[in-house]
Amino acid sequence: MNNSLIIGQYVPGNSFIHRLDPRTKITIIFFFVFIVFFANNVPSYGVLVLFALTCMFTSKIPIRFIMKGLTPVWFLIIFTFILHLIVTREGTVLFELGIFEIYSGGLIQGFAISIRFFLLILVTSLLTLTTTPIEITDAIEDMLHPLKRFKFPVHELALMMSISLRFIPTLMQETDKISKAQASRGVDFRTGPLKERIKAIVPLLVPLFISAFKRAEELAMAMEARGYQGGDNRSKLRELQITKLDIFGYIIFVLVIAVLFVTRTYG
Amino acid sequence: MDITFKNVTYIYQKNSPFEHKALENLSFHIPSGTFVAIIGHTGSGKSTLIQHLNGLTVPSEGEVHIGDFKLTNDEKPKNMKELRSKVGVVFQYPEHQLFEETIAKDIAFGPQNFGVSEEEIERRTKEALRQVRLSEELLERSPFDLSGGQKRRVAIAGVLAIQPEVLVLDEPTAGLDPRGQKEIMDMFYNLHREAGLTTILVTHSMDDALKYADQILILNKGTKFMEGTPIDVFRQKEALQSVQLDVPEVVQFLTSFEEKMGKPINFSNQSIDEIATSISEIVKGVE
Amino acid sequence: MRKALIEFRNVSFRYSDTNPWVLKDLSFSIYENEFVAIIGHNGSGKSTIAKLVNGLLFPQEGEILINGVTVNEETIWDIRREVGMVFQNPDNQFVGATVQDDVAFGMENRGIPREEMIKRIEDNLAAVGMLDYRLTEPHRLSGGQKQRVAIAGVLAIYPKVLILDEATAMLDPRGRKEIMQTVASLSEQQGLSLITITHDLAEVVQAERIIVMNQGEIWAEATPREIFSKRNQLKEIGLDVPFVAILADELKRAGIELTKEPLNHEELLEELWTLHSKT
Repeated sequence: MNNSLIIGQYVPGNSFIHRLDPRTKITIIFFFVFIVFFANNVPSYGVLVLFALTCMFTSKIPIRFIMKGLTPVWFLIIFTFILHLIVTREGTVLFELGIFEIYSGGLIQGFAISIRFFLLILVTSLLTLTTTPIEITDAIEDMLHPLKRFKFPVHELALMMSISLRFIPTLMQETDKISKAQASRGVDFRTGPLKERIKAIVPLLVPLFISAFKRAEELAMAMEARGYQGGDNRSKLRELQITKLDIFGYIIFVLVIAVLFVTRTYG
Repeated sequence: MDITFKNVTYIYQKNSPFEHKALENLSFHIPSGTFVAIIGHTGSGKSTLIQHLNGLTVPSEGEVHIGDFKLTNDEKPKNMKELRSKVGVVFQYPEHQLFEETIAKDIAFGPQNFGVSEEEIERRTKEALRQVRLSEELLERSPFDLSGGQKRRVAIAGVLAIQPEVLVLDEPTAGLDPRGQKEIMDMFYNLHREAGLTTILVTHSMDDALKYADQILILNKGTKFMEGTPIDVFRQKEALQSVQLDVPEVVQFLTSFEEKMGKPINFSNQSIDEIATSISEIVKGVE
Repeated sequence: MRKALIEFRNVSFRYSDTNPWVLKDLSFSIYENEFVAIIGHNGSGKSTIAKLVNGLLFPQEGEILINGVTVNEETIWDIRREVGMVFQNPDNQFVGATVQDDVAFGMENRGIPREEMIKRIEDNLAAVGMLDYRLTEPHRLSGGQKQRVAIAGVLAIYPKVLILDEATAMLDPRGRKEIMQTVASLSEQQGLSLITITHDLAEVVQAERIIVMNQGEIWAEATPREIFSKRNQLKEIGLDVPFVAILADELKRAGIELTKEPLNHEELLEELWTLHSKT
């Protein structure tokens, strides 16, 4: 059990994508979200799909695993597709389906939106699949650094985030443990009327809170005993570094943008 | 209730990159009324095994029989609740499961879930308190006002009040001081004998296994490494050491004694004063 | 005469005015390079001592000196540099996202430069045998491994004294043994004072001195050998008597005269061997 918990979705690896600086990944995704909306024809969509799929293959994460992570989203994608198909009334009528008339514009629109949606989700989940939560925290702390001038508690926020992340598996194990203990005492978390099931959560939540408070108290004491006095005058072990890889990554991405705009205009 | 495992395999997180086998092809039989100690390192599959005993998990492959209940991968008994009312589990640090405002309510929680009548619950609560040696005056107090050792007793009383036929104990004395450890273990042992329970004790303490168990099951990496009476198991010092498990201190001493003095004293779970007599005979040269 | 590193002078402590005293008029000293065990049943006040030493709590009466400096609000940060502590619950003291981050935490707090940190992380993880786990996350470690990481993190700031506050209580026997072996050899190599707080007598036979606590007071202060000889009284205050001590008793009853109280199997066997060769 201990060795199999997944925090976030991170899948360990040493691929090109894994080794990119988390800030690079976040920046690229940030801009990718924008440029997705600039695609307007088949070649430009092709460029984006090619980019996303290349990233996916480069990450060396089993496709089966990525697709499994996307299952909850498939429904949304299909739903959006059908919605556009039905609502859009542009182009020529292709065929009639009961009371609905399906227009060619609807078909195109539906495809376009679904592909955008799919691309956005694929690329963001690639971030969480190839980057440890702590790296993401580091990146956020670093990127928010300028806010320090305005007395924004960047260090404290990052520490809070990293401690929360650190304790997620611990608390998950704890939840599992307590729910099993209560199930052994006859609590049924799974069946029965809703009211009963809500009531069944109390014997789980109360012990969980009590233990979380106790942990927080002990952790605070341990941190104090180890000389923690807040963010001033601290040094840092974790250091992010932009390497050649990142520059290479940026160059590729800029090229993708350039190609996208070319295909958009001339495609 | 008899307990039987037939070729049980349990796989965690099947079809994910993190898949691993917690139990592999495990078979054993525990006759009703036996006191069994299960020993193994962290990660040997002990916790997974325990969870099969009251249907918290079902085997991925193979069969588990608890009395008339049968657990397989595609066949969960419909009367799971009944199974859980017959198999009481005291988990590690059971005080972490306390949540009610009063001790009385917390002890009553299990029996209530299993549909025991109010009068019967009251009777059982008092009995359980007596068994764990806590005063009835505490009943209306909050469990969170008690000391660590007392909280543990309340939690145990909550399981005893279910009046199970099989009692599963997962390191019930962890974190207690020596006196507390001894009191709790003696209590379980008396209960085992008086109520004719089937008791399954997961422990790291070879001394406890030797002292209380009729049968020992040693797990290593999800498989059965050894099984037998304490005397049979603990005579195999080398085999145990090959999986980094110790033997009880008395066996260690007897082995070193033989190495040093060249004369054996066979281990038969004899008392310390019997050992002292044997030693003095050898030392004084009496044959 | 060795220099007193920790000095308790008539210390009394309670959590609030309405609570009973946890420690009553406690006086003792611990010296440089000394290995002292503080023993007592749960609730005997032994863990409170540790928290008083590095100013996580302050006494209502009396005075505590570390290296000649009184522990108070102004001095705690300097004192915490000299007193390293490892607590009971391995999970609730692991701050870092990975092993090396956790070892770094204490150094980061003291503003130690990054290059120096990296060097000390390597040295100290190697010392506790955890170098292969540098990048491992805490939930993939056993309790004993987490405690070894905690020890590395404490040692990385070069304290003068290492306090283990029931640091082995939640571990399995193997983890327990490994921790005790690790700290015993490290404290000797690095000239550290070592204080272990526990209720397990068998764990502390190597200590130079044992302080036995009972109901907030020092019940006995002596060498392990002397403490072991008080088995009946030990039982009365809720402590365990080690197997060798019980066996030695039974042997005396069976008419075997031992010249000294045996501390471990080897000592007892040696005596038996000597007796045997004489006959």
